[in-house]
Amino acid sequence: MSQVVVPRDKAGRGSRLARPTPSRPAPPAEWPLMRLVASALSCVRGGREVFSGLDFAAAAGDLVAIVGPNGAGKSSLLRLVAGLVPVASGQLALEGGAPDLPLAEQAHYLGHLDALKPSLSVAENLQFWAAYLGEGGLPVAGALDAVGLLGLADLPAAYLSAGQRRRLSLARLLVAERPIWLLDEPTSALDAAAQRRLVELMRAHLNRRGIILAATHAPLGIEDARELCLGGTP
Amino acid sequence: MTALSALLVRDMRLTVRVGGGALMGVLFFLVVVTLVPFAIGPDLALLARIGPAILWLGALLASLLALDRLFASDHDDGSLDLVLMGRMPLELAVAVKALAHWLTTGLPLVIAVPVLGLFLNLDGTAIGAVALTLLVGTPALTLIGMIGAALAVVLRRGGLLVPVLVLPLTIPVLIFGVAAANAAVVGPVPFGTPFTILCALTLVGLVIGPVASAAALRHGME
Repeated sequence: MSQVVVPRDKAGRGSRLARPTPSRPAPPAEWPLMRLVASALSCVRGGREVFSGLDFAAAAGDLVAIVGPNGAGKSSLLRLVAGLVPVASGQLALEGGAPDLPLAEQAHYLGHLDALKPSLSVAENLQFWAAYLGEGGLPVAGALDAVGLLGLADLPAAYLSAGQRRRLSLARLLVAERPIWLLDEPTSALDAAAQRRLVELMRAHLNRRGIILAATHAPLGIEDARELCLGGTP
Repeated sequence: MTALSALLVRDMRLTVRVGGGALMGVLFFLVVVTLVPFAIGPDLALLARIGPAILWLGALLASLLALDRLFASDHDDGSLDLVLMGRMPLELAVAVKALAHWLTTGLPLVIAVPVLGLFLNLDGTAIGAVALTLLVGTPALTLIGMIGAALAVVLRRGGLLVPVLVLPLTIPVLIFGVAAANAAVVGPVPFGTPFTILCALTLVGLVIGPVASAAALRHGME
């Protein structure tokens, strides 16, 4: 589990996380060149075909914005890549990734649900996912600082606003190193400043040859995003 | 290993912090056991004779109390998706969740038995026998119940479905648990015979429970 320095404050009751030292840990090395390739992919949920015959490829450093009307299968596609929905037919492969890990274990999934426990504090929530989802990545205090929640580290997650909950979920992407980010409406509930911060985080990930698939209705603010349009018929 | 210990610590923390956790199960156990003397009257000899069975029934019901939230709460807030995406095999993660559940709900029941045994006019041997059989038998209840909890998540029906699914499956555990406790007190069967079968049931639960629950959860992910 990542260690967090927990100093006592003067009143002797606090356990506020220490501010990370100014010298941030150097960003880890780049990912190897990877390519996420889907061919003739189809997805069936609840007996209904959501999409079929879908071909796309995402190379290292690509942001693929998945667009389309409601119900077109944007979320289903992300859940399918995350291994949470079975592939009905077709193929999905990560070329150049870790050979001994399934695709789902090399991907971060940020869904509509925040996966936060209201009775745990902000730091405890993040510490658990840091330990559970794998090694590497920023220390918990550093990740909280990156999403602007360091001051709230001791607050139970129950008291967070919707945007703060979203930011805490985003911090999860930073505490464990995984090359593929699957983001479902990542900007929902985020204010303008937090959206800019998200864009910075995404850009940093892409610069390290990460791959991002993001389902979105609004432009994400990254210039060279590629678009994958689902569900031509509205 | 750290991922599993983190899961164990998180689940225990959640149980203890939310809704009283361990204390709630013990209080329910206390209420069930206290109701029995009111129902059958102050016949001390009769109470002592059926005491082990009452303690076992109370523990069985109390250990099922919090079971339906075992996976449902993780499913509802999206944590289960991420647990499935972890590097741990799902079977291990599920087994750790069962361990956390037993430590916070099953073990406190065992610890409460000496006090509740006094309410039922049990002597030292009987209390020891019931405590020992519950110590061995309650893990089986958790492991069997976990399968029901996983199925309930899949079927999206919480609440009473879990006890209805699980209680029939716990009958063998109940039979051999009570038989072992009675054998220690009145005989004529040696204590070891039913007790060994009870141990075997727990071991079978340990093998089947995590595998079946993980399969149910995987199947339900759509």
